[in-house]
Amino acid sequence: MTVLDQQPDAAGPGRPHPAPPPWHPGAQAPRTDPAPLLPDPAPVRALGTPAASSLDPELLRGLYRRLVAGRRYNQQATTLTKQGRLAVYPASTGQEACEVAAAAVLREDDWLFPSYRDTLAVVSRGVDPLEALTLLRGDAHSGWDPVRWRTAPLSTPLATQLPHAVGLAHAARLRGDDVVALAMVGDGGTSEGDFHEALNFAAVLNAPVVFLVQNNGYAISVPLAKQSAAPSLAHKAVGYGVPGRLVDGNDAAAVHTVLAEAVEHARSGRGPVLVEAVTYRLDPHTNADDAGRYRGDDEVAAWRAHDPVALMERHLRDAGLLDDEAVRQAADAAEELAARMREEFHAEPKLDPMSLFAHVYAEPTPQLREQADQLAAELDAEAVAR
Amino acid sequence: MTTAPTAAGTAPAPAAPAATMAQAFNTALRHALRDDPSVHVLGEDVGTLGGVFRITDGLAAEFGDDRCTDTPLAEAGILGTAVGMAMYGLRPVVEMQFDAFAYPAFEQLVSHVAKMRNRTAGRMPLPITIRIPYGGGIGGVEHHSDSSEAYYVHTPGLHVVTPATVGDAYGLLRAAIASDDPVVVLEPKRLYWSKAAWNPEAPAAVEPLGRAVLRRPGTSAVLITYGPSLPVCLEAAEAAAAEGWDVGVLDLRSLVPFDDATVCEVVRGVGRAVVVHEASGFAGVGAEIAARVTERCFHHLEAPVLRVTGFDIPYPPPMLERHHLPGVDRILDALARLQWED
Repeated sequence: MTVLDQQPDAAGPGRPHPAPPPWHPGAQAPRTDPAPLLPDPAPVRALGTPAASSLDPELLRGLYRRLVAGRRYNQQATTLTKQGRLAVYPASTGQEACEVAAAAVLREDDWLFPSYRDTLAVVSRGVDPLEALTLLRGDAHSGWDPVRWRTAPLSTPLATQLPHAVGLAHAARLRGDDVVALAMVGDGGTSEGDFHEALNFAAVLNAPVVFLVQNNGYAISVPLAKQSAAPSLAHKAVGYGVPGRLVDGNDAAAVHTVLAEAVEHARSGRGPVLVEAVTYRLDPHTNADDAGRYRGDDEVAAWRAHDPVALMERHLRDAGLLDDEAVRQAADAAEELAARMREEFHAEPKLDPMSLFAHVYAEPTPQLREQADQLAAELDAEAVAR
Repeated sequence: MTTAPTAAGTAPAPAAPAATMAQAFNTALRHALRDDPSVHVLGEDVGTLGGVFRITDGLAAEFGDDRCTDTPLAEAGILGTAVGMAMYGLRPVVEMQFDAFAYPAFEQLVSHVAKMRNRTAGRMPLPITIRIPYGGGIGGVEHHSDSSEAYYVHTPGLHVVTPATVGDAYGLLRAAIASDDPVVVLEPKRLYWSKAAWNPEAPAAVEPLGRAVLRRPGTSAVLITYGPSLPVCLEAAEAAAAEGWDVGVLDLRSLVPFDDATVCEVVRGVGRAVVVHEASGFAGVGAEIAARVTERCFHHLEAPVLRVTGFDIPYPPPMLERHHLPGVDRILDALARLQWED
């Protein structure tokens, strides 16, 4: 027994306990009703369901063309790694529906916060593939102008870009702009502290942010079951007071619909939304990965049968919205994109070693000036030696 | 300005305005918020309470919760949110409540704050000020007294300043907020309540970052120091004078950029130098300074550059901290070892 257990004047049994004081928020009952925040009972689907008939055919055809081009983009970028033209490429093959829909639901003045696997979303936003893949080619850390494209640099440290999206959306709201930030993260990233902090900050600040979790089943080799015991990743939203949505991440029409609703929710001042898109990474983590060590061919084959490009094509053909000519045109446009990538990436980038010192600070420190002089001298010596 | 002699029968002259370092920091924030609508203060307890050290006292009341914002208790979230705000054109000033509580924000600081300008080829500078009360000597229990400057100065892309006087508290914080680069402002918390003649209505002009200043001239040796160790060094120099040594004291003020020019000029003039700081010595800022001075001033040196620092131990419990912190005696011992006999 400890001193804390001593009860010389213990109250008699049956004496009613007073209620906790009412001034403490949440002392008497939950502060908000969790029911409206609960995610969809099953991933929302649109293609091949009656819901699809109400969707704009032109929107669907546009998504189809982007899916076809996006698949070709993934294939070409992977090929470029084999040719040594890219240092590394984390493909989004199988996840194209999420990538193209994320870009499609945003206005020009909205902001996209991609992770390292999301260069296709960046390209879908309008950025040139050469600029989108600069980081992965290895000639610079970020190729595009983030302010011009309202697209943050690719974030490699997992989930660290999520608080940035919150801060940017908060700043926009403070300025009176109805701008929305859409931040992308994977299933593994939801385990990071920054995921938690970003969701919590977004909710408390009522920031207009849409968090898109692409649950592709694996964090490199670790399956979701070892990542999280949550009922779904979308359920995590409820604990923050944020609505969660669950969508079939291979159904581009469903992803577009759910994300568009989430963006509208955020833009209208009702705060953040967490969307979990259930999808599958058909390719290895990167070209350096061996997926055969942690998953079987049967599993991959099952997901190939639920391919986002094929799903959209089948739906459009069944609905009479797509003919052979349109399919050929989409394929031709995708081939053109791939040809342009080959041409652009086969040129050697022109790099200036002195640029290493250009953007460390607004003004180089005296120490950096000295080091730049040192490098310049080394370059001169190299030139003389040649 | 002259003051009339106070003699019996005449009214006393009005006292020269005086302020604490805490008031100077507060005034700097107030003036920055007043002068630039893009400045936003955020952190834990910075709103209604005015910060645990009262540095943000009255700011939320004067400028509103949107300009001085209480955030959830999560340092990575605070700094990460500030990154996003800066990406949208704001100029956030974040408060980390204590030195050791800033560590959760370290990834944001190192991977994003310090690198964003570089990663984006100059297209996305992050004008963020990160205020961190640091150092010991206040009787704080563990995790409240760290000297964490070495972590920050080792990260390219960050400026790191640490004021040691009331006037510099204002000047360096204003300069930090005005900078288009991220600046870590290490605030010596044991000097928060130090007082000096200073008029908050007529603060000195904001100085550029990166300038050391000689606080006390001396001809026989110089103590190179910063932040909370400045008063200790001034006291040691005074004590040394009684021993016949004319010892100068150089206040670095800015650790990054480092003022090599002033440091070398002073060291070359006297030939003997001791670096003094609270942080552990091994691979600390003092090691860098000793190396730089030796590389650049070797032929002017009469003795090796010595370091007087805290021990290489976790910060001790408050009842033992005086044995860890460099004091006057430890500095005098170092001065005595500067090979005077040769």
